[in-house]
Amino acid sequence: MMRPLSRKIVIACLVTVFLGACGGGGGDSGSVANSGAGGGSPAAAANVLAITVDAGPSNFVNGLFTSVTVCIPDSATCQTVDHVLVDTGSTGLRLMASVLQLTLPAQTDSGGNRVAECAQFADGFTWGPLKIADVKIAGEEAAAVPIQVIGDPAYAAIPNDCVNTGPPENTVKSFGAKGVLGVGVFKEDCGPGCLSDGTGFYYLCPCQENMQSSALALDRQVQNPVAMFANDNNGVIIELPDVAPEGEVSVSGSLVFGIDTQANNRLGSAQVFKVRPNTGTFVTTYNNQLYNSSLIDSGSSVNFFADAAIHVCEQADLYAPGFYCPTPTLALSAEVKGTDGVSAILAFSVANAHTLFSNNPGHWAFNNLAAPDIISNSFIWGLPAFMGRPVFTAIEGQNTSAGAGPYFAF
Amino acid sequence: MPWPAFAALGGDAASLQADQAEMNAGQTITAADAYQVYELQTATGTTIREYLSTAGTVFAVAWEGPTLPNLRQLLGDYFAQYTEAAQSWRGGHGHLVIRQDDLVVESSGRMRAFFGRAYLPQSLPPGVAISDIR
Repeated sequence: MMRPLSRKIVIACLVTVFLGACGGGGGDSGSVANSGAGGGSPAAAANVLAITVDAGPSNFVNGLFTSVTVCIPDSATCQTVDHVLVDTGSTGLRLMASVLQLTLPAQTDSGGNRVAECAQFADGFTWGPLKIADVKIAGEEAAAVPIQVIGDPAYAAIPNDCVNTGPPENTVKSFGAKGVLGVGVFKEDCGPGCLSDGTGFYYLCPCQENMQSSALALDRQVQNPVAMFANDNNGVIIELPDVAPEGEVSVSGSLVFGIDTQANNRLGSAQVFKVRPNTGTFVTTYNNQLYNSSLIDSGSSVNFFADAAIHVCEQADLYAPGFYCPTPTLALSAEVKGTDGVSAILAFSVANAHTLFSNNPGHWAFNNLAAPDIISNSFIWGLPAFMGRPVFTAIEGQNTSAGAGPYFAF
Repeated sequence: MPWPAFAALGGDAASLQADQAEMNAGQTITAADAYQVYELQTATGTTIREYLSTAGTVFAVAWEGPTLPNLRQLLGDYFAQYTEAAQSWRGGHGHLVIRQDDLVVESSGRMRAFFGRAYLPQSLPPGVAISDIR
């Protein structure tokens, strides 16, 4: 059977039972409260949100999670949802209908029609309506943010054009999280492309299987909530500690809002790598090969790149099918280059995933995992690239001390 | 909604015509020694390349652009196999690899920048390198 990149979950669970967390989704903080923003420790700065790498609701390695509070607009009726993925590779907030207890108002197009979305990901799609919520993260607030509610039973008919793009990920189990907080370089998820009909993202409801997708104005699309904050709205920093070579049960860090807007989000000596404004991609050079459409993405669990010289664990491997499994651990590097020519060498290591997983069954955070990507033009810098190195993501069109986004810096 | 009798991956030259019609795409053809490449451009700006062997089988497809292509159309009979295998993927949402004896699918990127390919390892013409499929 083919289970790429899934840990040997059964074995891992037998062991984690002793840690009291097998198969669990952690504490369910699904209660609705009449309060202000939730989450965060009392001592935390207003622009700092706690983030954690742990097993998450469906036991996979290197999932980066946080808790997000959403409220019915202009009200104190709020809910904090835990185990929401922190993803620099997507844009906007999406929450599973199955965990959302608030009745949020529907987003509409300019004609007053309700809107649903087929949000495409490389590994599948999420389907569900756009709703409006006030988003309160740490001490930051964004009012009337269009978000997606995934898997809403009131929007059961999924257009064929959506179903035909890949597998559905409309449950906590299939998505691997209770939602996703997309804090990438874009302000909207689809952007200018969806000012035309037929792109396959937005649909006017009531929705039917045979309907075509429609245009949607930029400010009605799913929005990056960070860009809607009153302050600290030009980007984010992901700060994670370095991780021991054998991995760790979990690691904790910070999602910091704003770039050079506060004492705690200084760009300092970080190098700025501008990315292509339409795609957010840049160039990576590895082994003298150019990877023209490279991405840095906290939502990708491991680094994905091509190297035919590195041994890959067989699909039949019980622990690490499809991962790179070199012996001994390889110390590698690659060059990252921004669109304006600024470049830097990034070092990373690739350990034997089979050995790591079999020796450390309760560990879920690793900085030395990789898997082959033989698509010719992409090098994906996944979560390991964020460990031990603050990574800045600047939002398109937002001014920073180093110029306007989009860029990454580290 | 009924689907054309032809499917691309694993199909024959006629399936390429079906794809062109279904996706309302323009088409250009280039020839290599062991195969021809049919390049389609969808209305949303996604480029699709289909690889037809001299034996008349579509052994690979590739895509790049701001939206995912109609993978049911492109993968044809292999679409169900792809979606089932993808259910076990736990590598995050920015990347996907399905590697089976008779089907390889690699998908990468995010909204506004997708790229990927699928091929039939057992149908690769002699002398064709996997890196030629892009």
